[in-house]
Amino acid sequence: MNPRITAAIAARVLTQLRRDHRTLAIMLVLPCLLISLLWWMFDDLPGNSFDRVGPALLAMFPFIVMFLVTSVTTLRERSGGTLERLLAMPMGKLDFLFGYAIAFGLVAAVQSALAVGISVGLLDLTIVGPVWLLTVVAVADAVLGSALGLFVSAFARTEFQAVQFMPAIVIPQILLCGLFVPRPALPGLLEAISDVLPLSYAVDAMQHLTRSTSTGEVWGDLAVVAAYAVAGLALGAGTLRRRSQ
Amino acid sequence: MMKNAAENAVEVAGLTVVRGRREVLHGLDFTIPVGQVTGLLGPSGCGKSTLMRVLVGVQAGVTGTVTVFGEAAGAKSLRHRIGYVTQDPSVYDDLSITENLAFFARVLGLDRAEATRCIEAVDLVDHADDVVAQLSGGQRSRASLAVALLGNPSLLVLDEPTVGLDPVLREDLWNKFHELAAAGVAVLVSSHVMDEAERCDRLLLMRDGVFLADGTPTEIKQQAGAPDIEHAFLSIVRGAA
Ligand SMILES: Nc1ncnc2c1ncn2[C@@H]1O[C@H](COP(=O)(O)OP(=O)(O)OP(=O)(O)O)[C@@H](O)[C@H]1O
Ligand SMILES: [Mg+2]
Repeated sequence: MNPRITAAIAARVLTQLRRDHRTLAIMLVLPCLLISLLWWMFDDLPGNSFDRVGPALLAMFPFIVMFLVTSVTTLRERSGGTLERLLAMPMGKLDFLFGYAIAFGLVAAVQSALAVGISVGLLDLTIVGPVWLLTVVAVADAVLGSALGLFVSAFARTEFQAVQFMPAIVIPQILLCGLFVPRPALPGLLEAISDVLPLSYAVDAMQHLTRSTSTGEVWGDLAVVAAYAVAGLALGAGTLRRRSQ
Repeated sequence: MMKNAAENAVEVAGLTVVRGRREVLHGLDFTIPVGQVTGLLGPSGCGKSTLMRVLVGVQAGVTGTVTVFGEAAGAKSLRHRIGYVTQDPSVYDDLSITENLAFFARVLGLDRAEATRCIEAVDLVDHADDVVAQLSGGQRSRASLAVALLGNPSLLVLDEPTVGLDPVLREDLWNKFHELAAAGVAVLVSSHVMDEAERCDRLLLMRDGVFLADGTPTEIKQQAGAPDIEHAFLSIVRGAA
């Protein structure tokens, strides 16, 4: 691994994103709009239901958006020949993976800061724990989304196929993460499945931060999310072959 | 003009490549000298791109010995010394030419001046700040070529770099290739257009993963008793059948 090359790749990905206004809007503005929409939906209901679903959304958006954007951009890189060219140059696989992870991690940090800022500042989401830690969870979550996106891009030939992984990999995690039914209330088998899905831990961490100032459990959840992200990157590295058919 | 023709950039013996379940290259032996433009010519699907991918070290399923500057193809130390243009222009569509070149220069550890030099070399200064997506096909492939020139590589592997270019530009590029060769670079250019053959110092004529002929254009024409390479190719194919 070479810091110069990693930085070059991260900077390039960020330049590409800056050029692509629509994608940038989807990554930064759309989550804020959707969270506001949700707040509005729950606004007239008795009790503070937004406080229950809000944190889960803060965990979900970075994950979903980064999964989509990374799987499509890396697929483009694979099919457009630029990856082949880079692999013929003195670039390590890890330079490539970390370059992407750093760029998308930074975007995710901005995205989370915006979404958290709007939720807490404008929409009165109650957060008892430290707000910065909420952002850290969101960034870990985004890197997880990027890592899985990188991994699945190896199994798609077209951008359309890449997007098809979304219902297979992302939606089950959304259904089982505790947003619709609290995880302990799920049937035993489903609870066991949700226990091995990384998004569940990100949502747990977010929900914990809304209720409590203690951070021990949050760090535990964060470690699980980070471990999945690292495993995803390792799997992604496995799919990047310098020599291909 | 021609430098020491005995010095070889590439030496290959018994090269066989299997892609998927099919054997695509069948036991090739050849060399590529420095200081010359070697043309790799053959019809679509004969294995030109596969051979080039072997030389730059990105092809799997390779058997036989392939050495580039005395080291096994794909060796880490070679990655600074080979410029490679893939068949489809491999530059980023959403970046400008300058941004593309600056990025690849950073990957190679080179400065911006080197990026500028390569943009000048392919005559794209007027479009340097245009986003690649807005360039014509020919401009795009020249941008891709500029990336391959970064850092003055000693071996240039160019996969159909002149496809879709107008005659004037093609002429310019071929002159450029010869200029580089004269400076001691080993240049390997593939094409499926036989009329480019005459521009090469040396030719490898390929069909279905084997070489039909290996020599200077003049030698090949003489041996086949044909007025041009296209007819030579046809008469060798018919003779072999
Ligand atoms: N990814 C791949 N997997 C399996 N087989 C492949 C793959 N790519 C190419 N081939 C096969 O390898 C053979 C040689 O392909 P190659 O791309 O080297 O041809 P080429 O001479 O470069 O053709 P063209 O002039 O059209 O570019 C073809 O028969 C093709 O079907
Ligand atoms: Mg080809």
